[in-house]
Amino acid sequence: MGATTAGILFVGSLILVLVAVHVPLGDHMHRTFTSRHHWTAERLIYRIVGVDPDAEQVWSGYARSVLAFSVVSVLALYGLQRLQGRLLLSLGYGGVDPDVAWNTAISFVTNTNWQAYSGESTMGHLVQMSGLAVQNFVSAAVGIAVAMAFVRGLARRRTGELGNFWVDLTRAVLRVLLPIAAIGAVALVAGGAIQNLADPHTVTTLTGAEQTITGGPVASQEAIKELGTNGGGFYNANSAHPFENPTSWTNWIEILLILLIPFSLPRTFGRMVGDRRQGVAIVAVMATLALLSVTLLNTAQLAHHGTVPESVTAATEGTESRFGVSNSATFAAATTLTSTGAVNSFHDSYTSLGGAVTLLNMMVGEVAPGGVGSGLYGMLILAIVTVFVAGLMVGRTPAYLGKRIGPREIKLASLYFLVTPMIVLVGTGIAMAFEGPRGSMLNTGPHGLSEVLYAFTSAANNNGSAFAGLTVATTFYDVALGLAMAFGRFLPIVLALALAGSLARQTPVPASAGTLPTHRPQFVGMVAGVTLILVALTFFPALALGPLAEGIH
Amino acid sequence: MLTSTLPASAPAALRKLDPRFMWRNPVMFVVEIGAAWTTVMAVLDPSAFAVLITTWLWLTVIFANLAEAVAEGRGKAQADTLRRTRKATTARRLTDAGEETVAAAELRRGDLVVVEAGQVIPGDGDVIEGIASVDESAITGESAPVIRESGGDRSAVTGGTRVLSDRIVVRITQRPGESFMDRMIALVEGASRRKTPNEIALTILLAALTIIFLVAIASMQPLAIYSVANSPGVEGGFALGSHGVTGLVLVSLVVCLIPTTIGALLSAIGIAGMDRLVQRNVLAMSGRAVEAAGDVDTLLLDKTGTITLGDRRASEFIPVGGTTGAELADAAQLSSLADETPEGRSIVVHAKEAYGLRERHAGALTHAAWVPFTAQTRMSGVDVDGRRLRKGASGAVTDWVRGQGGEVPSALADVVDRVSASGGTPLVVAAAENGDVRVLGVVHLKDAVKAGMRERFDRMRAMGIRTVMVTGDNRLTAKAIADEAGVDDFLAEARPEDKLSLVRAEQAGGRLVAMTGDGANDAPALAQADVGVAMNTGTSAAKEAGNMVDLDSDPTKLIEIVEIGKQLLITRGALTTFSIANDVAKYFAIIPALFVALFPGLDALNVMRLSSPQSAILSAVVFNALIIVALIPLALRGVRYRPSSASRLLNRNLLVYGVGGVVAPFAGIKIIDLVVQLVPGMQ
Repeated sequence: MGATTAGILFVGSLILVLVAVHVPLGDHMHRTFTSRHHWTAERLIYRIVGVDPDAEQVWSGYARSVLAFSVVSVLALYGLQRLQGRLLLSLGYGGVDPDVAWNTAISFVTNTNWQAYSGESTMGHLVQMSGLAVQNFVSAAVGIAVAMAFVRGLARRRTGELGNFWVDLTRAVLRVLLPIAAIGAVALVAGGAIQNLADPHTVTTLTGAEQTITGGPVASQEAIKELGTNGGGFYNANSAHPFENPTSWTNWIEILLILLIPFSLPRTFGRMVGDRRQGVAIVAVMATLALLSVTLLNTAQLAHHGTVPESVTAATEGTESRFGVSNSATFAAATTLTSTGAVNSFHDSYTSLGGAVTLLNMMVGEVAPGGVGSGLYGMLILAIVTVFVAGLMVGRTPAYLGKRIGPREIKLASLYFLVTPMIVLVGTGIAMAFEGPRGSMLNTGPHGLSEVLYAFTSAANNNGSAFAGLTVATTFYDVALGLAMAFGRFLPIVLALALAGSLARQTPVPASAGTLPTHRPQFVGMVAGVTLILVALTFFPALALGPLAEGIH
Repeated sequence: MLTSTLPASAPAALRKLDPRFMWRNPVMFVVEIGAAWTTVMAVLDPSAFAVLITTWLWLTVIFANLAEAVAEGRGKAQADTLRRTRKATTARRLTDAGEETVAAAELRRGDLVVVEAGQVIPGDGDVIEGIASVDESAITGESAPVIRESGGDRSAVTGGTRVLSDRIVVRITQRPGESFMDRMIALVEGASRRKTPNEIALTILLAALTIIFLVAIASMQPLAIYSVANSPGVEGGFALGSHGVTGLVLVSLVVCLIPTTIGALLSAIGIAGMDRLVQRNVLAMSGRAVEAAGDVDTLLLDKTGTITLGDRRASEFIPVGGTTGAELADAAQLSSLADETPEGRSIVVHAKEAYGLRERHAGALTHAAWVPFTAQTRMSGVDVDGRRLRKGASGAVTDWVRGQGGEVPSALADVVDRVSASGGTPLVVAAAENGDVRVLGVVHLKDAVKAGMRERFDRMRAMGIRTVMVTGDNRLTAKAIADEAGVDDFLAEARPEDKLSLVRAEQAGGRLVAMTGDGANDAPALAQADVGVAMNTGTSAAKEAGNMVDLDSDPTKLIEIVEIGKQLLITRGALTTFSIANDVAKYFAIIPALFVALFPGLDALNVMRLSSPQSAILSAVVFNALIIVALIPLALRGVRYRPSSASRLLNRNLLVYGVGGVVAPFAGIKIIDLVVQLVPGMQ
């Protein structure tokens, strides 16, 4: 079997399973977030936190809850890291440096999981389990909760209420993430991933050198790392490490876990707005863009011209021979398309056009299918912008699912799609303008520029993967990327919730032959086209000086 | 037409360069700042390239202002004509003591004024006494005089129109300075024009795009400086130095990328939309109403006068008993000769057309005794040559027959019911001759549906608009006419207040409702409707309540108003799409030109094979300016609109303005480049 055939089988089998699984999972999430029934365990949590689970929140209340919860999370995680040396299971590591601790706290709370540290030599088991892994669950749950509130804004009529954040958060963790993560962890253990609380072993290698091997609760963290589109590895090598991702088929499972929830949420959306075809249309836009990206990335990696790639038939540098080039490329596409940021190969080593595709995946705004929850609301806002431009061409005030897109709605949607590109461009511009940040580049010329551009794109879009090459453990990058992550996460959330609040208040316009149908291939093509053109126009100059300057011959 | 108004609008376009005016249009304001900046650069460091770029940037701003000035110019001409008719008039105000002469401007609401033949009505009001023929050509352009009388729905008069005959007393209903004519002048002139909600929303989106491009270009500068520094020994070319991209080129790039095409034409599109209504003699009180017209989901149409011709006509003679059709037609015609109502005349005409009966004249039958119609007898007829003919409402005529000792055949009731059920009005004809009294038959009077209504309603349906007919008729009659006309629904036995509740019910379901009205009792529903078109012949109350006035008083015009509203929105969407799609080609023109010296590989992106970097950038700027001028006629005329489903409309417009928008500039920039490269200093 040739590499191409194997690659196609790998992707094809993933697609088949996703097509089969997204229906029951989407329906399960629909039930979860519309049910009136509380579990006993959930009631207990509500009592401890002190919230009334049956009281709904308006958008501003919902947003305040999200922000309050996140601020508390950042402070708790920061404290835990700083105090590590005095706590249990520290493996002898001391407190984490302030700027790394701040960067890491922001990074995990924003679902970015950018890692300015090396896991196995910085974090003890306690911080990994009760700090980082907990944030892996709750930051993903925050994304799902906000997506559900946004969908309620589209589905509801004449109300200001978008649901209860605490209920959405708790249910997302208990009813969605925990059960699937548990199954995923068992599957990974079966595949050879480790799960223990062992102290580091020191072994002597074949060449006689000494090597310290850290064990730990890896499989459990790995499962939620992928499922929650988090991406923060237990080890520095992330999913390229054999304890995290031992074999080709655990690699397959990890990609499946990454794509599972983001591709199922459109089904939930369709059920919640009472028209499954709308969900199909949204998932079709995501799938179109994703397939395009996977194909391009595989092509760039397998068929790149250049002396070395041609002589070994593919761009093998920076990839694990366990997985091969194609499965690494597919993993890279999945992880950059979903704001996960886990890596099983090094994007810095990719061909310049392959690297450009991973960059583009993030620049699209993490919507194809995007992070858990954030992908759905990001895509729905793009659909709203598309409806606004194209909808005018049918001669009516544009409306999506019967909700009119007036000045207030377009203002919020415009700000939403402005925020992330602005952070990326301004951040990259500042970094490139100063001697210090420029000194962190491993490479010179366009490739070095790509490294910086990648870092800000990854942080602002809450992806968290690194192009490698760039030395980011400096105060400038810790602070700048920390800010990029925080603004890139919470400004869009607040804008999305405000938009949902204004949509929920409307009385929907009934559909007629004169309204723009938003469930046909025509609309799918339009949203994909608008997304690509907006991204291309925004980032063309930066891409031209980075990967394109390097890659076009 | 355009070629004649363009030069005339040039001074206005230059006046609009005032930044205090420009900032209201964020996209073009950015262009103006850019143009000012390049002017400074061109003065400090003159070159052919700098001068040409600066010139074309200023032209871009001026072309945008020109589009608006041309659109406004058409209204201004009309306003001037109106203003000439609104000369200072005096009014004869009635006081307790008698009459006094005051200036028209001093009139207050509720004042009573007398107007006689030859005088100009001093203000808007209602006739409370008298009847007069009035020349309203000043506002409607229609030279035939109209009748205005006290009471009823034809009582409203407009200030500035002239009484041709008789004397009327008018109660003034306007406040000083707020006459219909004043508002009309302000509207056509665009003085009171406010941005509509959709226009505001679009402006926000365009501003957001402008910000994105500004940031994208601004952040490119440090990247460019870094790239130059990292390529030692390589000449950056004319656009690049160690300080990055030159200011001239940066400004050119920004101007080419921000959505100038739609930004330049946006306000012209709005003004032209209002203007298209004015040309059809409809005055919209706000742009918001025009926009709402495009969104209408439900049209409420009065049956009488809108869907039907409004007068009943004989369509059939149905004999009963042993009578023949010809016999019935003859009797019906004879009994109607002196009947001057439209119904009566239609019986005479139909008898002639259907049975070839020669038209007789009432005057020729000198010995005939005419029995006129009265409200008590509810029938009319003639006594001639010993024969007595009667024609009238079924009950009245059968009573007459029985009173004369005649028999009423049982078949008559069936025929009468059938005619009623089909929406018609049955008139029974009976004759008495030599003691023989019998019912001859029934004349079927029908309110004829106007020609072409079914097609228009089918078109509405294709556009997703539901039509509802409102009538005072009973259900059976209403249903018959509704079926014949092809409306989607009807409201029978409607009282005036039912209209209002129907409007409210439709709106509660999220639908936008449009309706026409003229009577005072239509006013609440007109005010409630999203688009309320008042007839100019109607009452002041209706004109106050509606948000549009149709000077021709043609209720079917509502359909055209909806189409104009849609066309307005489509034009905006199409030009926005076109504008954004254009950017793709401009990037392909400028980015390779900028950086090809540093990274020769980027020449692969120079797909248009433009002759030199200077020429490429200048060509993109020139194209960007010329496309505005090229699209002015489209902005003023509106994108062609044919009623069809949303999907099909979208496919067509996407193809023309989306795909066309991507392709057109590639060709346009290439052609301009072929010319520009000949200019000295462009190589």
